[in-house]
Amino acid sequence: MAEKSPDRPDRRQFLAETMRYAALGVFGAIGGITLAKRHRLVKEGLCTEDGPCSGCSQFVKCYRPQVWQIDPYKCTACGNCATHCVLEESAVKCVQVYPICGYCKICFGFFEPNPYEIDEGAENQLCPTGAILREFIEDPYYEYTIDESLCIGCGKCVKGCNTFGNGSFFLQVRHDRCENCNECAIAAACPSDAFVRVPADNPYLLKKAGHS
Amino acid sequence: MIRFRYIVIGLAAVLILGGLVRAAESRFPPPEFENGHEFPQTTTPQTREGVFAYIDSIVLLGTLGLATYLALKKRRRKAILGLTVFSLLYFGFYREGCICPIGAIQNVTMSFFDPLYAVPIVVIIFFLLPLIFTLFFGRTFCSSVCPLGAIQEIVLLKPISVPRWLESGLRLFAYLYLGLAILFAATGSAFLICRYDPFVGFFRLSGNANILVFGACFLIVGMFVGRPYCRFLCPLGVIFRQISRISKKRVTITPDECIKCRLCEESCPYGAIQKPAEQWTKEQYKKSKIRIAFLLILLPVLIFLGGMIGKSVKNTLAQMHPTVRLAERVRMEETGQVEGTTDASDAFRTTGVENVELYEQASNIRQSFGLGGILLGAFLGFIIGMKLILVSVWRERKDYEADRASCFACGRCFEYCPVEHKKRNERKQQ
Repeated sequence: MAEKSPDRPDRRQFLAETMRYAALGVFGAIGGITLAKRHRLVKEGLCTEDGPCSGCSQFVKCYRPQVWQIDPYKCTACGNCATHCVLEESAVKCVQVYPICGYCKICFGFFEPNPYEIDEGAENQLCPTGAILREFIEDPYYEYTIDESLCIGCGKCVKGCNTFGNGSFFLQVRHDRCENCNECAIAAACPSDAFVRVPADNPYLLKKAGHS
Repeated sequence: MIRFRYIVIGLAAVLILGGLVRAAESRFPPPEFENGHEFPQTTTPQTREGVFAYIDSIVLLGTLGLATYLALKKRRRKAILGLTVFSLLYFGFYREGCICPIGAIQNVTMSFFDPLYAVPIVVIIFFLLPLIFTLFFGRTFCSSVCPLGAIQEIVLLKPISVPRWLESGLRLFAYLYLGLAILFAATGSAFLICRYDPFVGFFRLSGNANILVFGACFLIVGMFVGRPYCRFLCPLGVIFRQISRISKKRVTITPDECIKCRLCEESCPYGAIQKPAEQWTKEQYKKSKIRIAFLLILLPVLIFLGGMIGKSVKNTLAQMHPTVRLAERVRMEETGQVEGTTDASDAFRTTGVENVELYEQASNIRQSFGLGGILLGAFLGFIIGMKLILVSVWRERKDYEADRASCFACGRCFEYCPVEHKKRNERKQQ
């Protein structure tokens, strides 16, 4: 083998260098294409630069930091949220949007739909962990509040409220708990494809009062 | 006139139906309280994701730079180990392992195939930075930045050496894993790498039992076999292997002339130190020439065979896609092969989408799996062929050297090299 001269690289070095810059070009292309695509989606109005993505034709998968959320209108309250989260206590909890709630005396989110006897007895409670607080406001109205430290996100009350009531109870990913996994384990198990990515600075999809 | 009547009837119907829908939304009108009670606000605890995303990128850049400096310039095992512990604590236990550059492969892939998916900037940074650093400085990301590598680095107790043929064979799993992960991400089926991340459960101190057991197995094996995940499964690892072969800088064992004391050879738990290669005899040259010629002919055959096998398993692969599973279930329910319904099929029926439409979607997805399966199989055939060719190639090597592809830049060998110690002493005396 010929002696290497310091200012004349050998063939192997030359090849490596060429391939290195080719690889750099490929990485640049990958970065460029993904960024360009992001830019295009923003331009087409599928993503907005700032503010909530309310103008989107669908709940956007935009380029801002994204987090998982449940579309309450797709959710079927199947119960997977309680069992499939990677956290031992699910990051999904029930929320109550008070202006939608009918403040019913007999709430089927709170009571079993087929009780032994229709009364307000505590044994008729639907929630397996007793996480719903029922508070008398004025006759005949009662306020129902979720104690999040007890809620396991099973969605039993959601099903009851959707079937018989106004649907003011629904499940949401709580972002003080959510780990924001790259692949959400509940999303993978969701039967109705209700998990969507939303921008991190506006991470809730609450039902609106008087939604039609 | 008749037309006008129809319009009136139609309008009335719309109004009545609209009214019914509205009633269903609010069966019991929300009360107006007489005692002045006001509706409480629904709490919306905010995510910390937005801020952290940018802090993470800066920390990643900082640790990558530091890892490179420590491995290539400072050459101290203790400092590298310190950074490894920091990365484990920060990226692992504090940030809980998401997002990581390994998983980012899938996000980038998905952005190329899903017309509505754009990758967040942070994910692009997490994907590209380690690649660029590896391209110029070797696998310093693996050494002390990756939390998955870090946790294995720390549990390593008494490494046993893995024979080269076994290591090379087991590495096929990593190529298979990479191929499958890209295929499933491209078809929008699943993020395989995230789903079977063995250590994320430990970082979160919570997770389902299967994954925790899987991770525990890796850690137990990892006490005796250095970094089993990195060497035999990590999909990013096999990409890094290839690009670190052409890196500008690399980890060198000795800072000066190798004195061939062989002390470093035993120090590497990852089998990454190569002995000086002896000159081949004429016989060996001739044999290997014939073998390479044969293997070059075999290569296209392997690619073709791989493609055929990939094509034949497309329906099994397609099962990974939720739409395909749903379509099969709905068809079975429709034809009466199964009794009852599932949550998914119930939810599908409430959407009002026709069954036929679902079947068509599923068959499109199966088709893309057909092409994907062929490409995946061909890719694996190519990898096997190239592996066979590479073992038959002779490369000149005069000293003990760290294999560019396998070296994790952990820095253990520095501490064993007597030349290194001599240099350090000289530096101290100055």
